Amino acid sequence: MSARGIKDRVAIVAMGCTRFGEHWTSSTDDLLIDAVRECMTAVPGTDLADVEAFWLGTLGSGQSGLTLSRALALDYRPVTRVENYCATGSEAFRNACYAVASGAYDRVMAVGVEKLKDSGFSGLTRMDPPGDGTAAENTLTAPAAFSLLDPAYCARYGVDPAGMRAAMTHVAWKNHANGALNPKAQYRAQVSKEKIAAAPLVAGRLGVFDCSGVSDGAACALIVRAEDAHLYTDHPVYVKALALTAAPGRAAMDPGYDYTTFPEVVRSAQDAYRQAGVTDPRTEISLAEVHDCFTPTELVLMEDLGFAECGEAWRDALDGAFELGGRLPVNPDGGLKSFGHPVGASGLRMLYECWLQFRGEAGRRQLSDPRLALTHNLGGRPGGCVSFVSVVGSELG
Amino acid sequence: MNTPKGIVAYATYLPRHRLRHADLGAALGTGGGTGSRVAASFDEDSTTLGIEAARRLPRGGERPGAIFFATTSPAYLDKTNAAAVHAALGLGADGFAVDLAGSARSGTGALLAAAASGGLAVLADVRTGLPGSADERDGADGAAAFLFGDPDEAIAEIVARVSVTAEFLDRWRTPDEPAARRWEERFGLESYLPLVTEAGRRALAEADVAVPDHVVLSSPNPLVARRGAALFPARVPAGRTPGHAGAADVGLSLAEVLDRAAPGETVLLLAAVDGCDALVLRATDRIEGGRQAHPISAQLAAGRDVSYTAYLTWRGLLDREAPRRPEPEVAAGPPSARSQAWKFAFTGSRCRGCGFVHLPPARVCKGCGAVDEMEPRPLSGVRGTVVTFTADRLAYSPSPPLIDVVVDFDGGGRYTMELADAAPDEVEIGMRVETTFRRLHTTQGVHNYFWKARPVEDER
Repeated sequence: MSARGIKDRVAIVAMGCTRFGEHWTSSTDDLLIDAVRECMTAVPGTDLADVEAFWLGTLGSGQSGLTLSRALALDYRPVTRVENYCATGSEAFRNACYAVASGAYDRVMAVGVEKLKDSGFSGLTRMDPPGDGTAAENTLTAPAAFSLLDPAYCARYGVDPAGMRAAMTHVAWKNHANGALNPKAQYRAQVSKEKIAAAPLVAGRLGVFDCSGVSDGAACALIVRAEDAHLYTDHPVYVKALALTAAPGRAAMDPGYDYTTFPEVVRSAQDAYRQAGVTDPRTEISLAEVHDCFTPTELVLMEDLGFAECGEAWRDALDGAFELGGRLPVNPDGGLKSFGHPVGASGLRMLYECWLQFRGEAGRRQLSDPRLALTHNLGGRPGGCVSFVSVVGSELG
Repeated sequence: MNTPKGIVAYATYLPRHRLRHADLGAALGTGGGTGSRVAASFDEDSTTLGIEAARRLPRGGERPGAIFFATTSPAYLDKTNAAAVHAALGLGADGFAVDLAGSARSGTGALLAAAASGGLAVLADVRTGLPGSADERDGADGAAAFLFGDPDEAIAEIVARVSVTAEFLDRWRTPDEPAARRWEERFGLESYLPLVTEAGRRALAEADVAVPDHVVLSSPNPLVARRGAALFPARVPAGRTPGHAGAADVGLSLAEVLDRAAPGETVLLLAAVDGCDALVLRATDRIEGGRQAHPISAQLAAGRDVSYTAYLTWRGLLDREAPRRPEPEVAAGPPSARSQAWKFAFTGSRCRGCGFVHLPPARVCKGCGAVDEMEPRPLSGVRGTVVTFTADRLAYSPSPPLIDVVVDFDGGGRYTMELADAAPDEVEIGMRVETTFRRLHTTQGVHNYFWKARPVEDER
């Protein structure tokens, strides 16, 4: 907290992103190569050999910098592999930005990748260190952990469970509708509200459509000093704020915590807004790509990020506030719901949508004149998470 | 010579699930009948049952210097199951703990060992039979615990004891088999009756009792159990026990009598297993105040049905496809040993400075940041309230869905834990729960024991 920040000191000048999906015929290497090639193609005259350092984010699809250097046959360059649960891709980006801001490098790349479908399992799987077998996360799956929000939210705010169910359905419906407009999304079909509400249960009241999918994908960003940005592109994306918080693990033990908020998100958002100079996120932010791992998560995030009053996000969602044509479009690219969640790639995929929107290249999803965008990742489970918030903009100042 | 010890406390635990005989009959195409059998849940084994019985003993007083754990269904071989009982009771390192595992006679063995030296006898069993067998239908799962100590404190004393032993084939099982085999029952009956007669007569003579007030006969041979007791008339009619519960049966039978016996009344306890052990006990004046809080009759009356297919799955007799999830990781040795007080005794830590309770225990206070200012906070006997909940249909579980609840414990402390013995539609915010020692899963032959919550029956 209270980081000084690096507002307007670095810029994204190119990005790449694979389609997310069930890539049975592509390896981790293939995904990395495809994303990086798209990125480099966007800056003619610049070669991968000009990139001075790399940060690779992956949860479990490879270890060490060799995962990237071997795939791309990089010529003895520094490659750092980072992991921070579902904020892994964002963490790679954050560290890469700081490296340029420090003055150590002029051109770096952040790459995120995950190959989940090869495991043969449903949902995310993890490799945990040896333990005593007592941790709840040993048994409870991610959808179950996030479904804890639903009854708690209804109880805290006196929301009729039917109303909450309708709001969760609306989130899934909206994000699938957005994803249907996105050629890089895993799921490109609109899904009716009836189908969402009637889906088989996965955990608590969460059905299949309340959960993000399992997919493979990769995304990357080329980052340079802000003053150099126009050497590469007429439309750079300037980094305004990078905020990460890791929870102390108090909430899971604290009878004062009520499972209707993520304290780590509130803190990281406050930090990011302060770095970026944002005082009223509801009016200043043009679009937000947030971590809609499960539908109740997105509802709670609207409140934690300051986009809705506490206890009101479910109603605002139903009123259309966060749709493409609403007052603050959330997950215009379709979110984790439509893209699935290849962990290391997701944070960079969110930035990719901001990149497209600022350049006017978002096709049928294109918003009119977006200036400031927010991306948000959440890793862990209610009670103790890592949370990342970035603010990026199309203009300096 | 040691002063003979008396029973100073006892308690029993019957699992909550019931397998209806009618369901069993319908599935197998046989006449089912109207009764039911007591069935341990998928997350219960002889160790967890024994711990649940032992936990119900009144707290305070002398800590048992020895634990004698009897079962025919040991959760481990080559590893002492009594050590887990010892750990779950939070007894620290002091004391002896040993298994007496094998035949149902182990139950009597544990009682006699504890009677001779003082200590705790824990008798527990999961009685599994092949589908359609008498063991399946008429068996029972359960546990009983007896604390032996100072005769002046005793609620019952052993006044005579006679044992006879005989070697013959009545029932047997090799260690790799799930259920026992039996010889033709009438051979067993003819072999046992003279042994029961001899042991019983000699014990009554030794105790100088003509007609005992209560007679109990425990035998894994159902014909012996029915006919043998009739050899010795009792003044008080027999009560109802759950069915033959292996090594726990003699304990459950004795406990059922102690639930009812008046001061001064005598009990002839016969255990016909590979011979016969006959004990004559007398209830003391302290019996009225020393009865267990939940008598067997009440435990029998409470229960929730389990389907026959679920029961067979729990016992490993119906091999179903595993969920598309990775198997849970093995509970590793060193971390489990380091966290013994937490994992086995559910002991958290409480900050001496600000009072914040940590589950699991922590060194740095999450309330005030103080370092190493903690005191142990045992929570295994503390009730709590459900804050929020879920039913996980994706998780790896032998009995999906896996229910998880966030529990706020009375007096401080919160933990997210599995809910045992409940269905998803029974859970609600504000529900009262208590803790229960269970087996979360077994990976690579390692039983992952830990605590779960379960609904409280008497606070609804």
